[in-house]
Amino acid sequence: MTKQEFLDRLRRSLAGIPGEDAEERLSFYDEMIDDRMEEGLSEEEAVASLGTPEQIRDQVLADIPLARLVRERVKPQRSLRAWEIVLLVLGFPVWFPILVSLCAVAFSVYVVLWSVIVSLYAVDLALAVCAAGGIALAVRAFLQGNAAQAAAFAGASLLCAGLAVLLFLGCVQATKGAVVLTKKIGKWVKSLFVRKGDHT
Amino acid sequence: MDAQLKRGLLDSCVLAAIRNQDSYGYQIIKDLKPYTEMSESTLYTILKRLESSGMLTVRSAEHNGRLRKYYRITDGGLDRLREFREEWNEISAIAQFIIRECENDDKAGIS
Repeated sequence: MTKQEFLDRLRRSLAGIPGEDAEERLSFYDEMIDDRMEEGLSEEEAVASLGTPEQIRDQVLADIPLARLVRERVKPQRSLRAWEIVLLVLGFPVWFPILVSLCAVAFSVYVVLWSVIVSLYAVDLALAVCAAGGIALAVRAFLQGNAAQAAAFAGASLLCAGLAVLLFLGCVQATKGAVVLTKKIGKWVKSLFVRKGDHT
Repeated sequence: MDAQLKRGLLDSCVLAAIRNQDSYGYQIIKDLKPYTEMSESTLYTILKRLESSGMLTVRSAEHNGRLRKYYRITDGGLDRLREFREEWNEISAIAQFIIRECENDDKAGIS
């Protein structure tokens, strides 16, 4: 490979890498090749000693912090064209209600999620009340001398108590999950508006 | 090697290579060769970083009918090297401790 071929291929390899001044890097490699040739290497050898353009690109990419790479990729490549702005303004009556509806739907889903959790707690409370009521009924039946009825009430009461404890554990997990989800949604919404500071 | 540690080490390495006289890319690579095989792209990244943090300055000078970039250390770069020497005492004490502990392990037959 000649120096010119190498530099052309390197230029193509480096295209699109964010924050990269390709020409400056190319002139650096240009100088490196010249210095090697001055020392007696042939053009072919001097170029070969630098590695392939693809290897160099991989190393350049590896040196860029991931956060920056992701952010630059996500950035729009161009600004809005005039007709797009006109469309955006004229389309306002159409897209604005849709946007509001979508937000409302998302909000409803979120509220439903919490409602389910609240219902779970309600069921759990009902079970606990049943357990307490069952004990009271069992005691009354026992005092009235009805042993079989007392045993049945006591059994039902214990069953309710057991279910209440199990469901309570489930409720706690569900609440934790919902809180984590809320935090994630919060972070995501924030990330839509805020860009993190540069890491370089 | 731990990336952060290596980065600090290589930055200081390049600064040391231009400490006593201005140097250029290929010369730096040759000077460092006995100690570390530094690739061109690594050197380029380090030089850019040192330049943007004011540790060195760059000038282009004519050499055999072409331009070559020469790098000169700044006062900031000299400070950085001085700091490195101070930090190094601490790092080398830690390194000796690590090596000593590993050797103790080997002798005791624990690996």
